[in-house]
Amino acid sequence: MAHHELSPALTETQARALRVNDTVTLNGTLFGIRDATQIHMFDRGRKTRFDLSGHAVIHTAPNVKKVEKSAAFPAGYQPSCIGTTTSDRMERFTRPLLAEYGVRLVIGKGGLRDDSMKAFGEMGGAYLAIVGGAAALETTWVEAIEDVDLDDLHPESLWKFRVRGFGPLVVAMDSHGGSLYSMVNQAAREQRAAALRALGVR
Amino acid sequence: MRVDLQQVEEAAKELYIRALKLLPPDIKQGFDRLVADESNAGAQRVLGTMLKNITVAEDTQTLLCQDTGIPIYNVRIGRGVEVDGFGLQEAIRRGCARSTREYSFRSSIVHPTTRVNDQTSTGRGVPIIHVEFADRENILEIEMIPKGSGSENNSWLKMAIPAEGIDAIKTFVIDCVLDAGGKTCPPTIVGVGVGGTSDLCVHLAKQAATRALGSRCEDPEGAKLEEALTRAVNMLGVGPQGLGGDSTAFAVHVETAATHITMNPVAVNMQCHSARRARVTFRPGGMEYGF
Repeated sequence: MAHHELSPALTETQARALRVNDTVTLNGTLFGIRDATQIHMFDRGRKTRFDLSGHAVIHTAPNVKKVEKSAAFPAGYQPSCIGTTTSDRMERFTRPLLAEYGVRLVIGKGGLRDDSMKAFGEMGGAYLAIVGGAAALETTWVEAIEDVDLDDLHPESLWKFRVRGFGPLVVAMDSHGGSLYSMVNQAAREQRAAALRALGVR
Repeated sequence: MRVDLQQVEEAAKELYIRALKLLPPDIKQGFDRLVADESNAGAQRVLGTMLKNITVAEDTQTLLCQDTGIPIYNVRIGRGVEVDGFGLQEAIRRGCARSTREYSFRSSIVHPTTRVNDQTSTGRGVPIIHVEFADRENILEIEMIPKGSGSENNSWLKMAIPAEGIDAIKTFVIDCVLDAGGKTCPPTIVGVGVGGTSDLCVHLAKQAATRALGSRCEDPEGAKLEEALTRAVNMLGVGPQGLGGDSTAFAVHVETAATHITMNPVAVNMQCHSARRARVTFRPGGMEYGF
């Protein structure tokens, strides 16, 4: 259970060094991405001007306040509450994120499914679990919104955050076939019969 | 008591932001109970992060969770209250939209097919407003619930049949919790609706999921189910955020209604650990905010 301090962009080797139950703290650039962002990128052929290669994306659509552009608010947005949404809905976008954009890390809550697992294994990536619903705390890890693209999809724009001490996050799916979610789910299903017995179900 | 609609509009506005920032005391106590009983070290760390978040939100006046939810307003009107019902609905709707604009938080509401977001937290049929009547003198209560989508996306209805009996209800709840895994942001309040029609059953599940911790089903049969199901669900080991542990649910809440001789419906709706709600009470002496 190693701890990794990472500043993307990352190499494939760095991504493959992550193992389930390791912890990660991120510094530097982090991209925010959401359902509509990816529907437009992968189903409707829209392109982003951002280079996501080697980077981490987080499943989010933040609460922001529109302000005058300045050194502190380079995109004209002040972060007011930045949290994380359930990843499962965005399962089918993991593979194209890695294959077409070279993304290395996906941050979210609740986990992803088998094809994401395979994509992490084939191309070298990992899923990092954040504590969902802890957005007030998460916001303190975000220094600034540096830039924004596809902002007609607001709040599901493609956000470029600058983060500091973002974590610790738990490596919940790695490139070696390890998944905390599969382990917990399998163990929970093994408890099903005992739970039903306790309820007197015949 | 005559109700001033301008006050209702202001209250509807304030309730939304209060709900987003202040976690009710019963939920905080629920966390304390889970922390005391949790045996898994990783789960303890996750619960610790959630508690830290509550403190940070209070200290920095930040929203607890980024998800501003689907706004639900539950109105209870007592006896002797004079209010223009249509005007009340419109006042709540205006207050809800003003809250989003004036406090500049995220509008999470879109048209269901065009997906267009008016950036007002309102739309066709939203905010959701439920009105019921109470056998109490001169009181009007409005409860606001920003229902998060992570938990709402995990909602189930099964039109079981009488021959499947109460076992179908119990099995269904266990299987829903297993299916939900970490997607509902556990620890959750698992709301179970038993009986009624299909729509009433789902509504009961939502009422159960959003009820204060420590409250019990008024139907003794429902209360018995609550106790047994709470224990059983927490045997599964799903844990906080689905990463393993004892703390899968704060509680299972059940609401019941009579049903048809041929029917045995059961519905499950969950509330995430950011189990937010706020309340305002109007009395002849004035209005008061609470949970």
